[in-house]
Amino acid sequence: MLHLGDLKGAPPGSRGRSRAAEAVPDWPARLAELAAAARDPRLRAFYAAGAVAGDTALKDVPMVALDVETTGLDPARDEIVSIGLVPMRARCIRSSASRYWVVRPRAELNPESVTIHAITHAQVEAAPDFGAIIDELLPALAGQVVVVHCREIERAFLDLALKARIGEGLEFPVIDTMELEARLHRRPPPGFFSRLFGRKPAPVSIRLADSRERYGLPRYRAHHALTDALATAELLQAQLAHRFAPETPLRQLWC
Amino acid sequence: MQVEQLEILDFLRARPPFADLPEEALQRLAGAIDVRYYKAGERIVDFGEPAAFWHLVRSGAVEVYRRNGTLYNRLTAGGYFGEFGLLRYGRVRFPATALEDSLLYLVPGEVFGALFEQYESFADYVEVEDRTRLRQVMSRREESNDLLSATVDTLVGRAAVTLPSTASAREVAQRMSAEGVSSLLILDDNPEVPGLPQLAGIVTDRDLRTRLVAPGLSYDTPAAEIMSRGVVAVNHNQLVFEAMLAMLRHNVHHLPVLKNQRPLGVIALSDIIRYESRNSLFVVGSIFRQQSVDELAAQVPEVRACFARMVGEDASSHMVGSAMAAIGRSFKQRLLELAETELGPPPVPYCFLALGSMARQEQLIVTDQDNALVLDNRFDPARHDAYFKALAAFVSDGLARCGYSYCTGGVMATNARWRQPLQVWERTFSDWIERPTPESLLNAGIFFDLDGVWGRTEWADRLRELIARKAKGNARFLACMARNALLRTPPLGFFKDFVVESDGRHTRAINIKRRGTAPLADLVRVHALAIGSMSINSFERLKDIIDAAILPLGRGQDLYDALEFISMVRARHQAESLAVGEEPDNGIDPEKLSEFERKSLRDAFLILGNAQKFLKYRYQPGRAN
Repeated sequence: MLHLGDLKGAPPGSRGRSRAAEAVPDWPARLAELAAAARDPRLRAFYAAGAVAGDTALKDVPMVALDVETTGLDPARDEIVSIGLVPMRARCIRSSASRYWVVRPRAELNPESVTIHAITHAQVEAAPDFGAIIDELLPALAGQVVVVHCREIERAFLDLALKARIGEGLEFPVIDTMELEARLHRRPPPGFFSRLFGRKPAPVSIRLADSRERYGLPRYRAHHALTDALATAELLQAQLAHRFAPETPLRQLWC
Repeated sequence: MQVEQLEILDFLRARPPFADLPEEALQRLAGAIDVRYYKAGERIVDFGEPAAFWHLVRSGAVEVYRRNGTLYNRLTAGGYFGEFGLLRYGRVRFPATALEDSLLYLVPGEVFGALFEQYESFADYVEVEDRTRLRQVMSRREESNDLLSATVDTLVGRAAVTLPSTASAREVAQRMSAEGVSSLLILDDNPEVPGLPQLAGIVTDRDLRTRLVAPGLSYDTPAAEIMSRGVVAVNHNQLVFEAMLAMLRHNVHHLPVLKNQRPLGVIALSDIIRYESRNSLFVVGSIFRQQSVDELAAQVPEVRACFARMVGEDASSHMVGSAMAAIGRSFKQRLLELAETELGPPPVPYCFLALGSMARQEQLIVTDQDNALVLDNRFDPARHDAYFKALAAFVSDGLARCGYSYCTGGVMATNARWRQPLQVWERTFSDWIERPTPESLLNAGIFFDLDGVWGRTEWADRLRELIARKAKGNARFLACMARNALLRTPPLGFFKDFVVESDGRHTRAINIKRRGTAPLADLVRVHALAIGSMSINSFERLKDIIDAAILPLGRGQDLYDALEFISMVRARHQAESLAVGEEPDNGIDPEKLSEFERKSLRDAFLILGNAQKFLKYRYQPGRAN
């Protein structure tokens, strides 16, 4: 994934944005609503698969870790170049059932992003348009809670990519490992003495690689959609093992 | 659909059991792996549960236990477990727990099974039994070395040239010239078996020069008068390496080869040189040419170079040990010759004994001198001891200058206590066996490995016979020796850059002699004493022990391999120290071991540990052996 902060122009205030700031929908109800409204049959099938209830214990939640690589950070201008999916449960990552697609953006690849995700022009030339993989992508996500690191990117890019192809957007429940990290390291309001002396606590990085390191997870090469999806899945397992009991209801995590 | 999980693939590709797999097999494996995270302290598999996965440690650390709760192994990234359960039992045999937060790769049982079936190198590497793996390592080593596998008959180029002992010296010389040989065998009729002539002696070019021409004897002198008697011979099916040892030990350059007691031919030094790094033979030869202690001391670099070269050429530790022992023995013999030249002939006959690792032929380059003197029973301290004291001091000081440091335990002939008539030695040894004390048991561990080096070496044989006879049936003595043999234990293995002890503690380095070769030699000695073996070398003792079938099937060979491997790691370590100009020692830093050495050493330690348990069980006090 393109981590916020990797490139200039990251959406202001997106880092560590609190979950409370956005209202978390009642996902089963929301998806039912969307299913009723959807026109595209594929999208309708996706929404109809629904979501498990918010009180489902974490250990019983079907999940899929997702990462997209893009040509840049602006969903309005940039496009998806690859997507990685790794199905998982709280205790086991089914990397053997991983999925991976390279897709061809409509605009030219810019050289700067090629150096980041290492997908070359040749690979992209041979790849299908995003529209051609919707048939495979939506069923792979249907009924699952999607696990991402920094939900703004994945949500916005998938939403816009779909809108551009079928005229309808996409919504889905996510667990955001970055948001889970931010809960731990969110800065408390500066205390009196700190304000007095202008002291700031050392910032804690909640980027994927840094978060993984705190849990003793190995260092992976970043910016490959499938590797980043696996890395995100592993991070979630570590977070769950250390901080959430298997019986914890899903609603405490999703957004 | 299978997609490439790059991180998994790259991780596998860099590791030994997978690195040799073809790319497509690697990709299949990487694509079949699932991943699971375990928090420190979390149980990964329990004993007896169905074995579903082969586990690979991707990061963190895992402890694997025996069923009884003792630590079996400690693994870090690249380690694996679960193969026992999958291949043999279908259920988990060794429970495992995460020691640190760990990420594990789960290989489905059937995927592992398919790899194991299809790829021999992979199967060899993860083989179910540690001992089996060590056996494979050792047999590959043995195959790669001609000296260990070739028999002497392959060196015999032509039939033996022989004459009866009644032939004249002239006939001998003419025949040798005609045949173009440098030695000729002299045969006698055997009064007991008329058709089978006996080997009576050998005549070499040198004999003609020194025994015929130099003294000015008539050319009609019978061959019997100029030949060397008591010929050292080898059997046609002995190994080239054994023939080399015979030459080293007896400092001879021609060896008759016998088949069914008939001479098949003669092998000469030059035949073996084609096979051997000739160094050790030449070092021995040159030792005997040196005229003073100073000159002997100047040979030390040659000895070290010879050692390093043998290790570098992948000689077995048995070969290296034997060659080093032959060199040490030659130093002693030459020093005793020099001492007798300086001090005059001895007032009563004596036998100079080598003890401990030198006698066992297991010394490498770092060794101290353990020795003793057996004196004639007519020995009178008042009249004779001054001579033997001086003799012992001459040899001991000379050895110290030649790189064999003084024995810190005082086990040297310079110590009056270890300079005794034969009958006193016999009494002392009997006493040690019949009434063991803590001190005498320690002494027995040194003195019962004895080898006559010089003088009346038959006395050494007599003492060995006495030990073998008396110790064999003495359950109490054997139980005491067994208990002593358990005082030094091997470590469990290695973890990161540390040595792991059986109780889980970490130490920085190990003394590979104290923790490996010495307890192995101790253990082998107890079994050897129990079966009345007369061998001194641990490898030869092990062969006797295997023949006596007192160990569970296959365990004797396991010990053989373990001793060989540990000895070789020790030898290589010392050779490497020499190569970089450091003083060699027995301290092994785990950081300097290769992954392969760590694994194989661990296997060897495990075999030693198990053998110690068996020793304890077999020689418990009161148990009839």
